Amino acid sequence: MARTIIPFGPQHPVLPEPIHLDLVVEDEKVIEARPSIGFVHRGLEKLVEKKDFLDFVYVAERICGICSFIHGQTYCQAVEAIMDIPVPPRANYLRTVWGELSRIHSHLLWLGLMADGMGFESLFMHSWRVRERVLNIIEATTGGRVIFGSCKIGGVRRDMDAGAVRDTLSELEIIERDTREITKVFIHDNSVKKRLGGVGVLSRQEALDFGCVGPVLRASGVAQDMRKLGYAAYQDLPVEPVTRTDGDSYARCAVRCDEIFQSITLIRQALDKLPPGEIAVKVTGNPKGEVIMRTEQPRGEVVYCVKANGARNLQRFRVRTPTFANLPAMLKLLQGCDLADVPVLVLTIDPCISCTER
Amino acid sequence: MKPEQTLEEIPLAGLLEGVGAMRAKGGRMVQICATALPGQFELTYSFDFDGRLASLRVQLPASDPRVPSIASIYACAFLYENEMHDLFNIKVEGMALDFHGNLYNTTVKYAFGDTKAPAAKPQAAAVPSVA
Repeated sequence: MARTIIPFGPQHPVLPEPIHLDLVVEDEKVIEARPSIGFVHRGLEKLVEKKDFLDFVYVAERICGICSFIHGQTYCQAVEAIMDIPVPPRANYLRTVWGELSRIHSHLLWLGLMADGMGFESLFMHSWRVRERVLNIIEATTGGRVIFGSCKIGGVRRDMDAGAVRDTLSELEIIERDTREITKVFIHDNSVKKRLGGVGVLSRQEALDFGCVGPVLRASGVAQDMRKLGYAAYQDLPVEPVTRTDGDSYARCAVRCDEIFQSITLIRQALDKLPPGEIAVKVTGNPKGEVIMRTEQPRGEVVYCVKANGARNLQRFRVRTPTFANLPAMLKLLQGCDLADVPVLVLTIDPCISCTER
Repeated sequence: MKPEQTLEEIPLAGLLEGVGAMRAKGGRMVQICATALPGQFELTYSFDFDGRLASLRVQLPASDPRVPSIASIYACAFLYENEMHDLFNIKVEGMALDFHGNLYNTTVKYAFGDTKAPAAKPQAAAVPSVA
């Protein structure tokens, strides 16, 4: 049978981000997917050689428009580890709260995109309606909606007073209630099950071999979550990774649904135990040394390699984003799939090309 | 909090053996990080063992940076290796999937590959005293 190449992207309705795939098809079957990324590589890592290490947190936050806070947090944690800076407990708890809010809004964003990809428009709108409430909390507590600007080396820039804590908890009640309604559809609706069930199966061993991270790895039965390393407030708030064993698109969707509720619980616990005291310590001197810092972003493990030689500018700043780690698995999933499943399979790893083009 | 991690410097000739040992011990490949230093490149290969991070490091001369591909041991390494080539101009021999320099379309070719010692920052001109 003759082979045809169908170009997919770099601008495509299912994913308004610049990734391009050459899909080699025979009839309706995809035989091979050849990826191209790098259309807008920004070279932010290189900027570290010019920016003061204290100011660079603003650049790190701008790596991504969804998990921006956790990028800033990971950068701060890396420099704090090199400089041995004791971050106040209250700052660690506040970082955890904002990090989990980021996870909730990222997962709700993904659920909306997936509903849209399936043609389930009303579900897409409901998912993003709830997400708006999460963004409202973030705006009320940090002043920003996408880039919070709240994290700094040595702690955080903003505090949450009793009123903000009360309002956040009350808003979380509504978010939890509404999310439960939405996730009921994602988990139990027959059309969703038929569209996602058995599509793009990744076995446990394959997920490990392809270097997967985050919900993609956990949906294949691997209980791996960087929050278990105990950074920020996670040393006091134990996290049990949410897993599924089917390894298909439906399992990946179910993991993300459950993780929203896990994040809501973690925020409640963090706000309940929010310790009193300072929110930041003064930073003196320049960093010297190196560290590899890992945290759990909504899409999975992010890796920051930071190397400093005692100057105001760092020597090397390297970010391995979760999408970069999940791309090989996506290519594997596309091999042999039906052409109609391509949008679902691209979305199923929750790709963030903005992060990848750091 | 300083995360638990180890770093072992190994000769370039022992890279495949070292990475193979990581694989045999059940390590999950986490990342490869290239760094341009004065006169050389430094490559750091990191692996995860249930939360513990172990890294191997090799040095390459800036004059002819070549490294064998580890894709036969970790298939997912091809993206890291193409990145090393496209950003640092490091030749990776035996890549499983070679984008031939087209993974990253940067305006400046090999934008991260400068191994010359960083130039000293220009000092601000002294302000003349108004006496």
